[in-house]
Amino acid sequence: MNPLIPLFVVIPLTGAFLIMILGRFIRNFNKTLTSLILLILAILSLYYLFTTGDNLSLYKVGGWEPVNRVPIGIYMVMDGFTVIVLSIINVVGFLTVLYSISYIKRFTAENLFYALFCLMIGGMNGVVLSGDLFNIFVFLEISVISSYALVAFGVEKNELEASFKYQILGGLASFLILFGIGFIYWKTKTLNIADIREVFKSGYDRSFYIFVELLFLCGFGLKAAIIPFHAWLPDAHSSAPSPISAMLSGVLIKAVGIYVIIRLFFNMFEISQNISILITTLGTLSMVIGVFLAIGQWDIKRLLAYHSISQMGYVILAVGMGMILISRGDNSEVAVLAIAGGIFHLVNHAAFKGLLFLNAGAIEYTIGTRDLKEMGGLARSMPVTSATSFIASMSISGIPPFNGFFSKLIIIIAAVMAKFYLLALLAVIVSIITLASFLKFQRYAFYNKTENKNDRKIKEVPFPMIFSMVIMSLLCIALSLLAFPGIRDVLLTPAINILTDPLKYSSIILGN
Amino acid sequence: MIAYLLCFVLFLVGLYGIITQRNLVKIAISMSIMEFSTFLFFALIGYIEGGVAPIVDPADPVKTYVDPLPQALVLTAIVIGLATTAMMMAVIIRLYRKYGTFDIREIKNLRG
Repeated sequence: MNPLIPLFVVIPLTGAFLIMILGRFIRNFNKTLTSLILLILAILSLYYLFTTGDNLSLYKVGGWEPVNRVPIGIYMVMDGFTVIVLSIINVVGFLTVLYSISYIKRFTAENLFYALFCLMIGGMNGVVLSGDLFNIFVFLEISVISSYALVAFGVEKNELEASFKYQILGGLASFLILFGIGFIYWKTKTLNIADIREVFKSGYDRSFYIFVELLFLCGFGLKAAIIPFHAWLPDAHSSAPSPISAMLSGVLIKAVGIYVIIRLFFNMFEISQNISILITTLGTLSMVIGVFLAIGQWDIKRLLAYHSISQMGYVILAVGMGMILISRGDNSEVAVLAIAGGIFHLVNHAAFKGLLFLNAGAIEYTIGTRDLKEMGGLARSMPVTSATSFIASMSISGIPPFNGFFSKLIIIIAAVMAKFYLLALLAVIVSIITLASFLKFQRYAFYNKTENKNDRKIKEVPFPMIFSMVIMSLLCIALSLLAFPGIRDVLLTPAINILTDPLKYSSIILGN
Repeated sequence: MIAYLLCFVLFLVGLYGIITQRNLVKIAISMSIMEFSTFLFFALIGYIEGGVAPIVDPADPVKTYVDPLPQALVLTAIVIGLATTAMMMAVIIRLYRKYGTFDIREIKNLRG
């Protein structure tokens, strides 16, 4: 029992409640409280990131002890993989709140913004900490409903349309997930992930569960915007206010999409070859099609949104390769390498894509447009934005000193070692096209001086925005340290251990 | 078994509505139909043939109760469904104010 675990959910929910009540009476209460909350949670999550290791801590809500080794209460579980995603959520969330302090001033209803932001953080923390399926669903809905509202926060034509589209597809995903949960409960009579795994051990009806696996894959795939389900993502991510785009793209699609897919398919279902080949195919499709859709875009945020699909494709591809190797039962070192590459890229993507969206927001904040053709020559007037976005662009395209290079390298090495030469080749090609696309972004936004009509008084953005962009770019450089053995063993290896050992998760939770 | 089939048919009716309807409000209604087919499915899997409501009475011991857990889940899911429907309706009203129409064919600013 670790009594601090529920704080990750309780503090943001209380914060949202207090902001709604007291925010209108006390000046600056909303931003102070939100940044304080996120600071506390970020410190707490980083503390757990460095101390958890191979341990697994539990919190049984309401103190319900298991009866005959069958868990009857709600479990919150924190293990090596959870803490990684938890740190991403809270650290990126903290930097984004600092950024919003200046950015969101031009909107009315700041209270609502901060309250919804806290709700979204609380929901995502709940999703990653929850140890049973139905709570994953409940917290997922908390975070996505607040993100529907946040996408529509500008209440103009585009924002509302994007939010409506997002709601239809998100709602469809929720029903598919709920159906899947229903089928699981029908067969196993339990909702606890560890307990379901225990039931599966005594007999796994593959022809029945493959249907459930497909339901979950479609549902969470819609939330994660894997390619056949991606239609909502470019609209929603480009229409939302920029800090929210950074949260949606950097954190939300990972916490409620990719994280749950990885958790369920490794720790709950038995890995089957068909599903793992399907997941790898979807990942490859996302990676390739996403980048081709991104090439032709002239709206910066839409370009970044399509790159999110493509980069998430790398993560899915790496994890899928690991699943194929595990289901074949050979090459476990290569499987570990592939999954490590996937999780590493997940962390890196949060850093550089969050930063890129913050840069896009800074550009939009100063010159008021998102169209690349109307920009140019911003490098001189906005040096910090230009430098940080250069770091992020090089990082996402996989240029050596930055973090994106190392994770892509690990994924490609794993693909070659597993003899998936075609996938390795595609990963390299997609990386090159990404580089081309971001060179275009850099050139048109910061260096192109052909029509220099923007020479009016363009100033650099205010200090809080600069601060969070600089910290994010330092993270982009610092995260490449994760590739080196000493640090990787502390941070990444526990996550991989809990995922690749099929029975460890359930046996620790059930206590045998 | 027939009840499960009806539940599935209800789901398909909702899906058909979402795909074919042009009116935003009708799309929202179709979403609700899909939602309720899911809730119906949960109520069905908790039902046990010949079971009674799970209130234990020591004086009259009954052998079979229906499973109460899916009912609790459905209650939670209904509350969530209320929130999604309210959110969607709010956005639809705002969309109507901006575009002056409920027709989804005329609401297409975002392309590509």
